[in-house]
Amino acid sequence: MLDSVALMILGTGALVAVSGALLGTFLVLRGEAMAGDAISHAIVLGIVLAWMLTGARSGPLAVGGAVLAGVAAVFGAQLLARSRLLGNDAATGIVFPAMFALGVLLINLNARNLHLDPDTVLLGEIGFVWLDTVTLLGMDWPVAGVTLAAVGLVNLLFVGLFWKELKLAAFDPGLAQALGFRPALLGLGLLALTAATAVASFDAVGVVLFLAFLIVPAVTGRLVAASTGGMMGLAVLSGVSAVGIGYVGAVHWDVSLGGSMAVATGLGLAVALVASPRSGMVAALIRRRAIREESLVAVLLAHLAAHEGTERAAEECTPEALVEHLRWSPDQAQTVLVTALERGVIRRDGARLSLTEAGRALARAEALRHDRRRALTEER
Amino acid sequence: MLSPTLITVALAAAMIGALAGVLGTFLVLRGQSLLGDVIAHASLPGVVAGFLISGERGFVPILAGALVSGALAGLSVQLLRRGAGVKPDAALGSVLSLFFALGVVLLTVAQSQGGSAGLTMFLFGQAASVLRADLLPMALVGGTVLLVLVLLWKEFQLVAFDREAARAQGLPVERLEVLLTLLTAVTIVLGLSLAGVVLMVALLIAPAVAARQWVRGLAPMVWLAALIGALAGSGGAVISAMGQGVATGPVMVLAAVALTALSLLFAPERGLVARWRRQGAARQALHGRQVLAALRGLEGDHATPEYASDEAMLKAYLGTDAGPALARLYRDGLIRPAERLAPEATARRWELTEDGRRHVDEGGRHA
Repeated sequence: MLDSVALMILGTGALVAVSGALLGTFLVLRGEAMAGDAISHAIVLGIVLAWMLTGARSGPLAVGGAVLAGVAAVFGAQLLARSRLLGNDAATGIVFPAMFALGVLLINLNARNLHLDPDTVLLGEIGFVWLDTVTLLGMDWPVAGVTLAAVGLVNLLFVGLFWKELKLAAFDPGLAQALGFRPALLGLGLLALTAATAVASFDAVGVVLFLAFLIVPAVTGRLVAASTGGMMGLAVLSGVSAVGIGYVGAVHWDVSLGGSMAVATGLGLAVALVASPRSGMVAALIRRRAIREESLVAVLLAHLAAHEGTERAAEECTPEALVEHLRWSPDQAQTVLVTALERGVIRRDGARLSLTEAGRALARAEALRHDRRRALTEER
Repeated sequence: MLSPTLITVALAAAMIGALAGVLGTFLVLRGQSLLGDVIAHASLPGVVAGFLISGERGFVPILAGALVSGALAGLSVQLLRRGAGVKPDAALGSVLSLFFALGVVLLTVAQSQGGSAGLTMFLFGQAASVLRADLLPMALVGGTVLLVLVLLWKEFQLVAFDREAARAQGLPVERLEVLLTLLTAVTIVLGLSLAGVVLMVALLIAPAVAARQWVRGLAPMVWLAALIGALAGSGGAVISAMGQGVATGPVMVLAAVALTALSLLFAPERGLVARWRRQGAARQALHGRQVLAALRGLEGDHATPEYASDEAMLKAYLGTDAGPALARLYRDGLIRPAERLAPEATARRWELTEDGRRHVDEGGRHA
């Protein structure tokens, strides 16, 4: 049954999903998804350093340190790549593991005082969010959830206020720059908020699973929706559903809650991959068949037009000729004939096939197109 | 001091480091560094599944499991990119996080079964986990990888440097790339117990990037990357084995990154320090030429070849302080101090020497 512990877990998870989807949409559109990977690893160093300098394990100081570290990782890699001594990908592949390694090493060395287990950093434990609560408005709320709600609100404000600017910067950075929208600054804001959200999420789901909520629902939305708004809506929807499905699965099989929720985001992606009307595999299959059918009908029309009114018309303009001369299978010939008849481009009198007016016009247009194409290629 | 365990660990780490350096070189040259990160993260579910199916923490089942899931991850990236047109980085990020999440789920399944103590060490690597009995299979697998690499050296070289030329020569480029990725996956999997899934990528990338700064050409780069990888691996593993409760992966990675940072800074030709010095020298030479030209110009303007300029006037003419440039030109014998016009004048005055004049007029190339 849904008790308060379950509600806290589900609520916290849903907040991770929503804040992740808001930012992830734009990260994916900008082609910066792997920056999320770098940030989510690098913040560990920021948290540890903030703790060593100030003694704060959570709260604004820890968030600030983590945001700095996350942004430093992305910009450090960009700076390194600008030296042209190494590629962009290699720079990313060195900077964030180095920061993460240093963070883990510092945790190892200070394990007795820090109460931070590297495994937890990586995996989080959303199942324990109810252990650490704060009383607000006369009710107990999980601290992780309250932090996430605050960060999520900031994300919502950012996305809401700069909606048009973010869209323009994602699709046409050059134009955004020319119009004075400072796409680089917007990108910086996006990265900083991603780092802040990663910190807020990391107690709940850990750094790698946060990445799943950041990227996978956004990619799902991208596969299905044609507009940015639709993409974001679907991302939020699929992220939040994944939290619910993952929770049920985790309780049923008694496995990691955070892991199970993150795996569940993959279900949405799989469904979109197969069934999306825009770019799903089923849709692609249907499209490919339609194109093939189209070209076969065109061949049929060309065949009939070529033999129309010739001596051999009686022999060529029959269903049998399609099988014998065009080497179609009888089934195929049957399908194409039915399609052509349905469209009213051919007529059938007994065994004799002939073009209708519409069919003749179509065949002529196609022949003209063919000639033009040939003229063009031969000129070259 | 040098206990047998420590020797075992150092040997294994050197082997892994060298192999990672070799395969990483190809990854870096092909601009696919982050694919290594994805394969490493994605092998976690395979590691745990191998354990769950075989029921023991043996070398072979874990290796096989990791290999299968790493390969599946590579295929999924291809499916998302080619099949659905997802952008490369989004495809990489999705596959990485989903496979890793699956690994986390399986990890909790394994933990509830017992006997799985130490599976989480695959996250960050643990040197002590390498047994002496693991050395031989490790060496055999690694040797096989190297053998394949040597046999197909020419083909891989062409694919790494010029994909289109390789295709034009009729090489099966796609199949070669898949094979190269597979070899990389085997290397990653071999290194997992030492370096851990999260940090393995740095062990592939860092030695290759470091080697690239010192040498050109594929063969020297591969050799040097292997050497750097072996140094970083064994050094890191030994340090972490001596410390208490320090995971191995981070230390190995930090050692490799330190070597890379040194290479980026101090490599003789490409290094940043060498580049800064070159830029500084070029700036100085340019400045010197400007000062000489200014002196010559002032000379001409006043129609007296011996006309000498004082420093303040030069400064106003050039808009910058000419002092250091004047000192260098004086040292090179291109200018000389001129007599003061009047005893009370304090400003220093300079004039061109014969050498200096010839220099400007010929558009002298050095200053």
